[in-house]
Formats: sequence, C-alpha cells, structure tokens
Amino acid sequence: MELIVDAIITGLLTGGVYALMASGLTLIFGVMDIINIGQGALVMVGAYLSYLLAGTYHIDIFLGLLITMPVMFLFGVFIEWIFIRPLRRDRTILSILVTFAIALIIEGALGFIFTTNIVQVHAWYNEASIQVGDFYLPYIYLFGFALSVVLLAALYVLLYRTKFGYSLRAAMQDRTAAQLIGIDVERVSALTFGVAVALAAAGGMVYGATTPFNPNSHYDLISRLLVIIILGGMGSLRGALIASLAMLVIEDVTAVVWSPVWATTVFFVLLVIVLVVRPRGLFGQLEGRKQ
Amino acid sequence: MRTAKIVGLAALLIAFIAFPQVFPNPATTTIAVFTLLYATSTTAWNIFSGYTGYIALGHAAYFGVGAYAMALMCQDWHVLAGYSPFLLLPLTGLVAAAFALPLGWISLRTRKHTFVVITIAMFFIMQLMAFNLRSITNGSTGLSLPIPGEWHGDFFNVPFYYVTLILLLLALGLSWWIRNSKYGLGLLAIRDDEDRALGLGVKTGSSKLIAFVISAFFVGMAGALHAYFVGSIFPAFAFDPLFDVALALMTFLGGLGTLSGPIVGALIVEPAQQFFTMQFSKNGYYLIIYGALFLAIILLLPEGIVPTLSKYWLKWKTARSSTMSAPAPAEVVDQEQLSVRAKDGVKP
Repeated sequence: MELIVDAIITGLLTGGVYALMASGLTLIFGVMDIINIGQGALVMVGAYLSYLLAGTYHIDIFLGLLITMPVMFLFGVFIEWIFIRPLRRDRTILSILVTFAIALIIEGALGFIFTTNIVQVHAWYNEASIQVGDFYLPYIYLFGFALSVVLLAALYVLLYRTKFGYSLRAAMQDRTAAQLIGIDVERVSALTFGVAVALAAAGGMVYGATTPFNPNSHYDLISRLLVIIILGGMGSLRGALIASLAMLVIEDVTAVVWSPVWATTVFFVLLVIVLVVRPRGLFGQLEGRKQ
Repeated sequence: MRTAKIVGLAALLIAFIAFPQVFPNPATTTIAVFTLLYATSTTAWNIFSGYTGYIALGHAAYFGVGAYAMALMCQDWHVLAGYSPFLLLPLTGLVAAAFALPLGWISLRTRKHTFVVITIAMFFIMQLMAFNLRSITNGSTGLSLPIPGEWHGDFFNVPFYYVTLILLLLALGLSWWIRNSKYGLGLLAIRDDEDRALGLGVKTGSSKLIAFVISAFFVGMAGALHAYFVGSIFPAFAFDPLFDVALALMTFLGGLGTLSGPIVGALIVEPAQQFFTMQFSKNGYYLIIYGALFLAIILLLPEGIVPTLSKYWLKWKTARSSTMSAPAPAEVVDQEQLSVRAKDGVKP
C-alpha cells in the first residue's frame, strides 16, 4: 500500500514535468494546426544544454534555465521561420514530416557532439531527498514539480492576461478570423513555437536530471507526449495537463503492482480504449469540417 | 504512343530481370534487394496513404509483425532453409493484415492529423510488445532464421532478388488496378473531400480500412522477406521508426498518390541510404544527411518528382500541339495526379 502511495506521489511529480513538454506540443497544434514531432528531440536539446552548463561551467541547473530557455526560445522561432512557414500546401501532413526530419537532424547532431553514451544532468540535489511522513521525496522531483507549477502559471498569465495571449487564443479558435481582425498570425505562430520550445527546454532539464538519457531518448519521449496530447484532446491545454498526470501516475502504479516492463503498455492500452469510446480524446473539440 | 509506352515498360521489366545477371557482385545485389523491398513497401503504403490522403506513419509495425511471423513460423514448424520459407510469405502477409484490421479500425476512427499521431502511437505499442513479450519474441535478444547455406557466393542474393521483384510486381499491379477501379475512385474521392464522398455514397469507412489492410499485407511480406534475407531480427530493427520516415520520404520524393512515384523514390533514396550508412555510419552523420535530404525534398519539391516531370511533359506537349493544331483540353493538366473531379469531369 505504501508503495502504491509512493508511486502515485512520484507519478504526480514527474507528471508535472511532462505537462510542461506536452503543453508546448498542444499549444503548437492549437495555434498552427501542426504536430511537432521534433518536440522530443527539442527536449533532448534542452537536457543536453543543461548537461553542458552544469558539467562544464558548473552553473546550477535551475539558474541555467535563465540561459537555456531564451536560447531555445530563439531556436524555436528560427525553426518556425525557416522550416514551418514555407509550407503552404497540406500544412498538417507536411509539417509532421518536416518536424520528423528536424528531429532526425537534432538526434544526429547531438550524437555527433555528445556521443551516444548515456549521461545524466548532475546537481547536488539529485541524490538527496526529504522525508515527508513515511515517504522519502527526492529534492529534484520536488524542485522539478515546483518549476513546472511556476512555468505553467506563467503560461496561464501569458495566455489569459496579455495581449499576446489574446491574439494566440484568437488564432487558436480561428486562424482566418484572427487574421481578418488584424492579428499577425504568422508572428503569433513564431512566438508560440518559441514558447513551446522554451517549455520543452525546461522540461528537458528536469528530465535529464531525473532520467539517464542519450540522443536516442527522444523517440521514447515523443511517443509519450503524442499519446498524452491525443488522450487529452489535441489542442486542449487542460487535457494535456490532466493526461500527463494521469499517464505518469498510471505508469508508476502499474510498475509497482504489476511489473515495470508493462508500465507504458498499460497506458497505451488505455489510450486505445479511450479512442474507441471517444475518438476526440478527453477534452478535444469535435473535428469539424474545414473548408 | 501507347505502343511506345508498352515497349518502354517491357524494356524496364527486362532491365530489372537482367540486373543480377549483369551486375552479379554481391554488394550490388544486396543493395538491389533492399531497394526492391523498399519499393514494394512504398508501393503498398501508397495504396493507402497516397490514394486516401491519410498519412500513416506506423507501417513499420506491420513490417515488424511480418518479420516476427516469418521467424516464428520457421522456428516452430522447423522450416528448412532454402526455397520453402518463400512459400510462407503470403501467410506472413496475412498475419500482418490480421494485426492491421483492428489497429486500422481503431485509428481510422479519427481523421487527418490525429490519425497520423495514432498510427505513430500504435507503432510504439507494437515495438514495446516485441521487447516485452519475451516468451514469444525472445525480447531484445531477438530471433534467428534459417540461413540457406547451399546458396553460395554470387548466387545467394539472386533468389531473394527475384522473389522481391515478384512481390513488387504484384503490389504494383494491385496498385494499378485499384487506381483504375471504381474502388480506387472512391479512395481518391476520400482524399479530395471525405464528407462529400460519403454524401455521394462512397462507403468511406470500409474503403479506407480495406486499403489500410492491403497495404499492411504487402508491407508485412516485405518485412518477412527482409527478416529471411538478413537472417536474424531484433525488436529495434524489425520495428524501426526510420522505416516509417523512409516510406514517407521515398513516396513524397517520387510523388504521393502516383503509380510510379513510390518506386522512383525508393530507387533513388534506398541506394543513397545504403551508401550513406556504409560511409558515415558512426557519429550520427548519417542521420543529419538523411534529415537534411528529407527537409530539402519537402521544402523544395513538395509535389514529388513524377508529378513535377509529368507537368513539364504535358506543358511541352500542349505547347507543341497548340502550335500545330487545336488547343489542348484544359482538364488534362495533371495526368498522374488525376483528381476525381478532373477524371470524371464532374463539376464541384
């Protein structure tokens, strides 16, 4: 029983981190109608940047985010500008292929620079933990969760309390209508992509500190992230948050009560069941006919 | 014109048949076998994704299922190396199709982008299964297949080459037939406008599912043949996400939804890929080159080689005929990418 409670707590804490990465992915989908298969690879870039800063320059990994997040923001804007914007025909489908290609290039480049050896981001609180009641909670999980809460709150403020947020949500609701009322949708798209990639970088830092990784890990990440945003309903932020927490809790509990080997499979099976009953996911909009 | 086309096709066929006799070097024929395997897979993939416009990025799952089916059948039924495993190919295809039926049914409940993502997710489920169902798949250790020891030297690749060529011709024939049948017209209608197609009486649900299963059938056979050719399988190689990308890349390069495009794409990309893997296999160079090539193709040539060429060819032809006599009919603009409307002259 204690093990199960422990698994639920760990699941919620790591789920917060996945919520960061998934919210970026679902934001991009909502605004631009494209699926960024490269999100997993961008998370890895964030992880490796933190690894580099912590390992070589001995900068605290949370402080390092002040460097990595702006850098990754610019990187995201760059990707949108160079690779996504030129797509005119069949945007949705072609964007999947383009971002897949970007993921491959990133994987190759990371393998080239950092080799394919498995590494982990180091910090003093990686090993330490705090005792709460009967449970030992590793600091890194707590800090990571706190970071997610802060960043998601910031995202909420950005979306619901700023002018950019209004434009972004308008573009999410109806791209053409947003353009008609004078919103520069292309600019909004670029900035959204940047924000999403910056969130991925933050998620990548915590991921890298809690999980050993190599450039290949992005397949594992993107498969989970995709499943999360489908389950939550594509384009729904609330859905992405709930689905991330649910996925990680289910995974961790399965790992305890059954076997770690089957942890992910159970979640995938759950996804299939949800799709059979409700093809649009938990919080998804009904896919209307687009003319 | 028609005879010229037939003569041209016959010459191509003869070239393909004669290839291993002309270039018996095993290194060359190995690449040729892989290329034909990919050509078969892309042609099959195109029957579904090209004609219906639903891009499936999870066909590596059926490739892997076919490969494992082949390995398990050879193991459990004590099939001897030689020609007999080739006889199992249709059976492995059926196994892949049997997997594709429920998975396709579930994923086809969604549309366009969600569909793409779900096919990817399905692929990862299958990959996990291959890793985790140790009692069947032997986990990450993988399985080995009988190796035909009596085929020596240059001859080793030859049976594989011809069997793959037959598979390719079957897939191509089926693709051609579907394209010219009423059923194929329904698929193309789904690509152009699914709701309108449904309104016009196309049974969209079953049409899509049948196309999906057909493509999985051939991809499964390609996977089985690949497994027998390589001689051993591991989850990471049988269920390889790069395979999905490769199919899409080749088909997009050649021309999505065209008859010859997928083959043209495979003939260009696969030898190049083999070359790159051999030259720059370490340090991820290979991935960078591959990804960059992919980006260049999609951004610079989004329609693919075959439609682009046929557009120029038609332009040239109409330019020539218009100087000689009557102006060319306006509908015939895009011969290979015939949309339903253009073909039947139906006005929207």
